[in-house]
Amino acid sequence: MGQDRHEGTQPLLKVEHLTKEFPVEGGVISAHRKGSKKVHAVEDVSFEIYPGETFGLVGESGCGKSTTGRSIMRLTTPTSGTVIFDGKDVSTMSRAEFKSMHRDMQYIFQDPYASLNPRMTIGEIVSEPLTIHNVMPDAAERTAFVRELLDVVGLNPEHINRYPHEFSGGQRQRVGIARAFALRPKLIICDEPVSALDVSIQAQVLNLLSDLQREFGTAYLFIAHDLSVVQHISDRVAVMYLGHLMEHSDWKSLYTEPHHPYTQSLLSAVPVPDPDIQHARKRIILAGDVPSPIDPPSGCPFHTRCPIAQGRCSSEVPTLRKVLPGHYCACHFAEKNPIKESSIRL
Amino acid sequence: MSLKSWMKGEPVAVETPDQQRDAAPAEGTTIDAGAPSRTLWGDALARLRRNRLAIMAVIWIVFIVLVALTADLWVPQTLGGPTAQLYDARLPMSAAHPFGTDQVGRDVLSRVVYGARISLAVGLLATAISTLIGLVMGAVAAYYGGFWDTVIMRLADVFLAFPYILFVIVMLAVLGSGIQNVFIAIGVLGWPSIARVFRSAILSVKENDYVDAARSMGASDARIIMRHIFPNSVASIVVYSTMNIGGAILTEAALSFLGMGVVPPDPSWGILIEDGQKFIATQPWLMIMPGLAILLTVLAFTLLGDGLRDALDVKMKDA
Repeated sequence: MGQDRHEGTQPLLKVEHLTKEFPVEGGVISAHRKGSKKVHAVEDVSFEIYPGETFGLVGESGCGKSTTGRSIMRLTTPTSGTVIFDGKDVSTMSRAEFKSMHRDMQYIFQDPYASLNPRMTIGEIVSEPLTIHNVMPDAAERTAFVRELLDVVGLNPEHINRYPHEFSGGQRQRVGIARAFALRPKLIICDEPVSALDVSIQAQVLNLLSDLQREFGTAYLFIAHDLSVVQHISDRVAVMYLGHLMEHSDWKSLYTEPHHPYTQSLLSAVPVPDPDIQHARKRIILAGDVPSPIDPPSGCPFHTRCPIAQGRCSSEVPTLRKVLPGHYCACHFAEKNPIKESSIRL
Repeated sequence: MSLKSWMKGEPVAVETPDQQRDAAPAEGTTIDAGAPSRTLWGDALARLRRNRLAIMAVIWIVFIVLVALTADLWVPQTLGGPTAQLYDARLPMSAAHPFGTDQVGRDVLSRVVYGARISLAVGLLATAISTLIGLVMGAVAAYYGGFWDTVIMRLADVFLAFPYILFVIVMLAVLGSGIQNVFIAIGVLGWPSIARVFRSAILSVKENDYVDAARSMGASDARIIMRHIFPNSVASIVVYSTMNIGGAILTEAALSFLGMGVVPPDPSWGILIEDGQKFIATQPWLMIMPGLAILLTVLAFTLLGDGLRDALDVKMKDA
């Protein structure tokens, strides 16, 4: 797809036709039967992330955005598709290459309570990546480094010997961030890092993440279910629905000129601080629920709830195509879309 | 990529430290910032010390173990050995014979003390055997899952489908009675419940994000098991095994009572009860004293297990 302003740059991460299906757990017999039901979590997703940028991935719960992140990290094996990290195909990596990939790619988890081992002190947690990759074998040097790292993420270095349960959610998430940054990775997959936190603390953690990015040039794959969170931090944004990428572009173009009716409906739900504008906007309220990923609709996955759907939508799967420079949309009627007034003035 | 060099760089611009550190303090932050490093087991011990019932249980267990271990030093000289028939039969309790004497003139206190050796040994050894087998079976079933999980868990179901005591009796009938066969029978047949407990503990720990976090850092399987899964699932086994010791002591007593366990004239608490029950109407101490020993010891292991469960829970407040 080649984002225009990245012309000529080698992407850090290239995801091509990534698909992940989970078998539906049935009985002992039916699970092994051919043609049993599957959850189509991620369907043919392709995108690229360039060094130092933030790529926001937005969608409702269950749309497959976390599964995308976990497949890239190889916490789960994708059904098909390729993930190319730093020029190398992850699935054909040797053991040593695979281990070094885990040095350059880190993960920040959504739940700050479950992502820290309750039986390790935060010092042990933050230094674990160093131990695993045998960086800084000298214990005193490592401790000094971990203390500095804790200070950088805004924690008191004196707390190095405390256990995670002695910290609040926001503080724990800072521990997770310190751990992710310990090896100074090239890419960090942030899987809804702030959605479990209070709104006031969300802003602090988001600021910390962008400060650290500015400092160290780390690229983020930033997964969120909230467009306003992503807007804060992203260079480019992709919108996901039922396992499919619906639209992606640089954030400004996506927020000012959304082409996909699903993106438009999401944006219409983001509150605007100015009450006059807020009143003048029209909310697009979608009817019905997200269809089951076990039995996804034929054609365009969004056609069952789309306000502008026509006959063609239920039979023909729209592909991502260029609608503006660097702006891609998977809708048959992207250009002729009548609902535009939802766009946010930024 | 040099880690040293990036730390030497300019400090990251952050807001004032007060704003950065989240306003809400976590529970337990009453400890001074410079609190000394505390280890997990140290913390657990401190919590256990505050549990009065558990401390009483520990005192009783230590007492009974010491009495059993030192028996050779004082019992034969003062009371006569456990099998020596030195006195008149069925003497009541007195200063010379605190627990009286039995139907053939043996001192009951010395028999209870020597009985403690056998009963405690059965409790500890049999539990060690079942815990060892149970840990391996549970760990394999939970970590590898799939085929091995099915095989091991169905095997456990088969073991649990038979009444435990009958199964032990059948096994003893095959092996023959005798103390080492009692260890083996109780130990080998006790693994399924421990395997189940450990398996479910691992399965729930395995789903935690910190296991995925370790995996995403490139940790080896061995490291994930030893550093993340095992320390978080072992507490349930420590608790369960402690309680299981009491259960094994009871099983041995029941077997000896039924004449399947320890061979007379060697004493065990079960044999003493079996001997004494014939005289319950006239000399009740013959049965009551070993019965009390069993009761107190089994109760002590249960209370200790309870105390350990609370002590090993890191999330318990330090209040």
